[in-house]
Amino acid sequence: MTDVKREVAVDTVSLTVNGAAVEAHKGQLVIDAADNAGIHIPRFCYHPRMKSVGMCRMCIVDIDTGRGPALQPACMIPVADGMVVDTLSESTKKAQDGVLEFLLINHPLDCPVCDKGGECPLQDNAYAFGPGESRFVEEKRHFEKPIPVSDLVLLDRERCILCDRCTRFARDVAGDAFIVFQERGGQTEVNTFPEHPFASYFSGNTVQICPVGALTAGPYRFRARPWDVEKDESTCTSCSFGCRITVEASRDEVIRRQGVDLDPVNWGWMCDKGRFDFDAMNASERLRTPLVRDGAAAREATWSEAIGRAADALRPALDGGADRVAVLGGARLTNEAAYTWAKLAKGVLGTDNVDCQLADGLPPEVVFGLPRATIDDACADGGTVLLLAPDIKEEVPVLFLRLRDAVLAHGVKVVELTPQSTSMTPLAAASLRYRPGEAAVVARLLGGGDGGGLSIDGDVSAARELLRGATRLTIVLGRPSIGESAATIVDAVGALLGGFPDAHVLTVLRRANVHGALDMGLTPGLLPGHVTIDAGRDWFTEAWGRVPAATGLDATGILAAAAEGKIDTLVLLGADPIADFPDHQLARTALDTVGTVIAVDVLPNASTALAHVVLPAAGPSEEAGTTTNLEGRVLTVAQKVTPAGTARADWHIAAELAFRLGHDLGLESIGGIWDEIERLAPSYAGLTVDIVRRAADRDGALMPIDEAQLAELDGARVTIASQRHRVDAGSATAANRAAAAESQEERQADELAAEAEQSDDEGKGVARGASTSQARPPLLSFAPPATATELPAVDAYGLRLVVSRTLYDNGTLNQHSPSIAGLARVACLRLNPADLARLGLDATATVEVSSVRGSLTLDAVADDRIPPGSAGIYTNHEGADPADLLDVHAPVTTIHIGTKS
Amino acid sequence: MARFTSGNDVIAREIIDRYPVAKSAVIPLCHLAQEQDGHLADDALVQIGELVGITPAEVLGTASFYEMLKREPCGRYLVNVCTSISCHLMGGDELLHHAEQRLGVRAGATTADGLFTLEEYECQAACTEAPALQVNYRYFHNVTPADFDTLVDDLAAGRLADTIPPHGTLARIRQRIPSDRAAGAASPIGGAQPGWLTDSPALTDDGSNP
Ligand code: SF4
Ligand code: SF4
Ligand code: FES
Ligand code: FES
Repeated sequence: MTDVKREVAVDTVSLTVNGAAVEAHKGQLVIDAADNAGIHIPRFCYHPRMKSVGMCRMCIVDIDTGRGPALQPACMIPVADGMVVDTLSESTKKAQDGVLEFLLINHPLDCPVCDKGGECPLQDNAYAFGPGESRFVEEKRHFEKPIPVSDLVLLDRERCILCDRCTRFARDVAGDAFIVFQERGGQTEVNTFPEHPFASYFSGNTVQICPVGALTAGPYRFRARPWDVEKDESTCTSCSFGCRITVEASRDEVIRRQGVDLDPVNWGWMCDKGRFDFDAMNASERLRTPLVRDGAAAREATWSEAIGRAADALRPALDGGADRVAVLGGARLTNEAAYTWAKLAKGVLGTDNVDCQLADGLPPEVVFGLPRATIDDACADGGTVLLLAPDIKEEVPVLFLRLRDAVLAHGVKVVELTPQSTSMTPLAAASLRYRPGEAAVVARLLGGGDGGGLSIDGDVSAARELLRGATRLTIVLGRPSIGESAATIVDAVGALLGGFPDAHVLTVLRRANVHGALDMGLTPGLLPGHVTIDAGRDWFTEAWGRVPAATGLDATGILAAAAEGKIDTLVLLGADPIADFPDHQLARTALDTVGTVIAVDVLPNASTALAHVVLPAAGPSEEAGTTTNLEGRVLTVAQKVTPAGTARADWHIAAELAFRLGHDLGLESIGGIWDEIERLAPSYAGLTVDIVRRAADRDGALMPIDEAQLAELDGARVTIASQRHRVDAGSATAANRAAAAESQEERQADELAAEAEQSDDEGKGVARGASTSQARPPLLSFAPPATATELPAVDAYGLRLVVSRTLYDNGTLNQHSPSIAGLARVACLRLNPADLARLGLDATATVEVSSVRGSLTLDAVADDRIPPGSAGIYTNHEGADPADLLDVHAPVTTIHIGTKS
Repeated sequence: MARFTSGNDVIAREIIDRYPVAKSAVIPLCHLAQEQDGHLADDALVQIGELVGITPAEVLGTASFYEMLKREPCGRYLVNVCTSISCHLMGGDELLHHAEQRLGVRAGATTADGLFTLEEYECQAACTEAPALQVNYRYFHNVTPADFDTLVDDLAAGRLADTIPPHGTLARIRQRIPSDRAAGAASPIGGAQPGWLTDSPALTDDGSNP
C-alpha cells in the first residue's frame, strides 16, 4: 500500500547508491530508486503522486554520471546506468545544512503551538539533516496569522516553505487552481484571489501533504498532538469509492481522517466530505439509547424492551406473514452486518421484501451480471471510457481525480452520455446530451442501431467513431438523474452492449457499501453471493433452514404496498425514505400507514421520527468488519472508538432479534460471519478471513478472488471455483448473454459440481458446515430487457426534469457534521439560459413548478449545464425537494412552470 | 471601469489569437488592462481569466510577479527615483527627499489629484548619468532638485504629453499585424503544423522532436 507503483517497468537500470548496487526501472527518479533500496533522501516538495518541480532543494545529493560527482536534486534526475549516488558525502551534508538554514530563516518558531509539531517533515529534517544552529539574527518576514483559504482550510503564510505541493495539487490533481504563488522573491506567498476562496471538494488534501504547519484544517486545529493520537488503517464509507484512510482518535473520539495511498483506488487522496464528515458521529443529537413510541411521543427504553417490541412486530412473519414484513436500507452496513441482516430477513423471517437501494440504484443483474471493470481498468493507458453516470465529482469524488488523471496523463478518452453537463464534460473527448429518459435512444445510435427517427448529428458520429476505435471500453455506469427510472438506463446498457459486446462495466452507485449489501443479498430476488433465490434455493435452505418462497418487492414496491396497508412491519436499516426516496408522497404515506416501523440508525432523521422502535446503531469507526467498494474490492474497516451511548453493532442487533424470535443465527464474531460468507456466498468463495486480513495490508481483495491475487498474497494455499465464474462472466458477450442465461447457468453448475467434488477430495472448502450435498449455485447474469421502456411523448410546453445530487447536500450525515453542514446550498430551478429567455423569466424569478404529482416554489437560475428543454433541480437541498414532484412509477417527469403571483 | 471596453475587448481577442495556447496571452492582456485603467483592477484580472480559460488566482499569480503591473490605482505619471549605489552617491536620496517635499507624498503614494505616483526605485541602468529618474519609464538624467521642479511643472501643465503618454500606455499592444503577414499561431505541442514550416517535422505530442 505504501509502495507506490508509478513507473511501468520497461527496462532495468543498475546504479550504485551509497556503495550498494541498486536496480531501478528506466525513467525512475533517483529519489524513488533510493527509497526502494531503503535509503531515504530527505525531501519537502517531492510527492510521488505529483510531477516533481525541484523547488525546495532538500533532496540534493551527490550524483556522478561519469563526469565526477555533482550536487543534483534527486527528485528531478532519472536513474541512468552506472550512475553513482552518494547521499552521505561531505558536500551533500553541506548542501543539506545550507538548504535547511535558508528554509528556517523565515520560518517562525511556532512548533509549540503548531498542529504539525511532532509529525512535521521540517522538524524531522531539521533534526536529522540540519546544521543545528542558525546564523540569522534579523527580523523574519511577517504575515497575518492564519487566513482562511476555504471553509475548511486555514493558511499561515509565515510557516510556508514554498514547496509548491498545495498549489500543484490544486492545479494538477484537482483542477481547482484557486491557490497560487503570488508576488516574487522574498515576498512570495501562497494565497487565493481576493474573495475567491479555495472552494474545492479536495481542499483537505493540501493540509495532509503540506510538509509544514502552514495549511491546517479547521476541524482539527489545536485538537490533539500527534503523540496523543492513535491511528488505525480503515476505509472511508462516506461513498462507495473505498478510499483507504487512517482513522485517528484521541480519548475515544475520532478527530481526524487522512488518506492512505492505495494504489488501485485513491492514491492517498480523499474528498473533503470523506475527510471531515466523521464529526457527525460526535454530534449531540446522536442516537444513544433505544426509543419506543406509544402514541405520539417517543420515550427512551432499555434494549431489552425495545428489542422485545421489535421482535413482537416481526414474529407474525414466522407463521405465514412473511410477505407483510419488509426491510429497507442496509447500504450503510459492513458486509458482515449486511449478511447477518440478510440471514435474519430471508433465512429466518422468510421475507424477500428487502432492498438496500432506495429507487436510486441499479438492478443487481446490471451490477453483477456484466463483466466488471476495476478503477484501474478504466484509468489504464489508452483506454476508452463511456460515462453513463451521474456527475462523479459530486457522488464519488475521488473517482473524478482518478479519471481526470487518466485523461490528462494516460491518454484515456472519455465519451460522456448524460442529460446535463458534468464536471467531466470539459475533459471529455465527446460529450452527448440526451433528453431525460432517452439515454437508450442515443445509446442505440452509438451502438450502431436505429435511432428511432433521430438523426445522427456530428457529435454522435464522432463519439461512435471513438467507441468503435476503442481497444478497451469501460462503461462507467450509474444513474445520471433520479428523475428518470432505472429501467431507462438498463435499456441504454442493453443497447450499448449490443454495439460493444466486449465492454466492461464499472458501476457508480453512491451509497457507501451498496455493492457489498447487494452482494450479501439485501435486494429482492437474490441470496448472498450473486445467486437468485431459485438458483440458490436448495443450497441456502440447507444452510439457513429457510429461504423466501418467491422474489419480493423492491423499495418502490415495498413503499407502495405499505401505503396500501399491505406491510405490517417495516425495518429501516439506516434508511430515511422520507428524505431519501425519490417520491416523497409515497414514502410519507407508507410510513404513516405501516403498523410498526423499526429504525436501526445512528442519527435521528425524518423517518426515525415516525418510527415505533428506534435501535441506535454503531457508526463508522465504531464497528469493525469489511466493506466492498464499487469495483468489488473487499477492504477492512477498523473499529477505533466505542459506539456512542449504548449503540450496538448492526449485526449484534440482527442476531439479538433472531434470538428473541427463537432462532440462533449461529453468528458470533466478525470472523465467524466472514467464514460463513466465504462458505455460502458463491461469489466470495475462497476469500477467507485469513486472505481478507492479509489483503488489508496490501490492495484489498478484489472479488471474486482469483489465482493471480492469491499468488500475490504469497503462500495462499486455497484454489477455488470462483475463478471460473469470473472467466465466464468476463467473457460473456451480449450475444451469448442474450441467447440464454440458462445454458450458462447449467454449464457453471456442472463445473461447480465437479469442483465441489474435487474440493471434497481435498477435504476443504465446500465440504465444511452446511450444504454438503449441494453444488454451489450459479451466479447471476444480465440479459438485456426484451422491450424498451415506454416514454411519454415530449410535451412542447413542459420541461423534462433532471434530478441530481451535489456532494454537500442536506443528508443526515452532512447536517450533523459541523464541518460540512454550512456548505449545503439552497434549492433552485436550473434552466438553460435560452429557456429562461423563452419563458420570459429574469434570472432571479421565483417560479411555481408543477408536475402531475405536486408543485414547488423555487428561484429560477440560468445554468448552461442544463440543455434546452430540460430543467434541473438538486435533490436534498435546503428549501424545496424535487421528490415532491417525482412519481417513481413514471419513467420520466415533466414539469410546467408558472410565475409566482 | 475595470472590465475591457468594447473596443479593447476586440483587441484582447486579437491578442489571444496570436498565441497557440490562449493563456500565453495573459501578460499582454494585463498590459492592455493597465493601459485602459492605469492599473489592474480585480475585475480585469477576472475577465482575463475568463478570456484565456484560467482561474483569476492564476492570473493574479502571474500579474503579481511583475513590478510594472500595478494592482493599486497609479497616478497618470509614475515617477521612479533611483537610490541604488551610483545615484545614492550622486544625490539620489536628496532628490527623493526633495520629490517627497515637492509632491507632498511619501515614496509609494499617489498625489491627491491623481497626477503623480512617487516610487523609490532600484538601479535603472543609467548609473553613468546619476542621479537618474524615470517618468512612466522614460529617462531623465543628472536630475537636480531644480530640474525636478521644472519637470513636475511641465508634466502638470501637459507640456510633455507628446513624449510621455499616461501610465500604462504601451504602443506595442496596439500593434496590428495584417492577417496576410501574420505568422499564424501554431501550437508547439501536437496540433497542425503552420504552413510556412516546410522542412522541419512537427513536434510530437510531448513536445520532443521525433
Ligand atoms: S502552504 Fe505548505 S504545501 Fe503549500 S507551498 Fe507552503 S509549505 Fe508547501
Ligand atoms: S471519494 Fe468517497 S470514499 Fe473517497 S474520501 Fe470521498 S467519500 Fe470517502
Ligand atoms: S524534494 Fe527535490 S527539490 Fe524538493
Ligand atoms: S544606480 Fe541609479 S541608475 Fe544605476
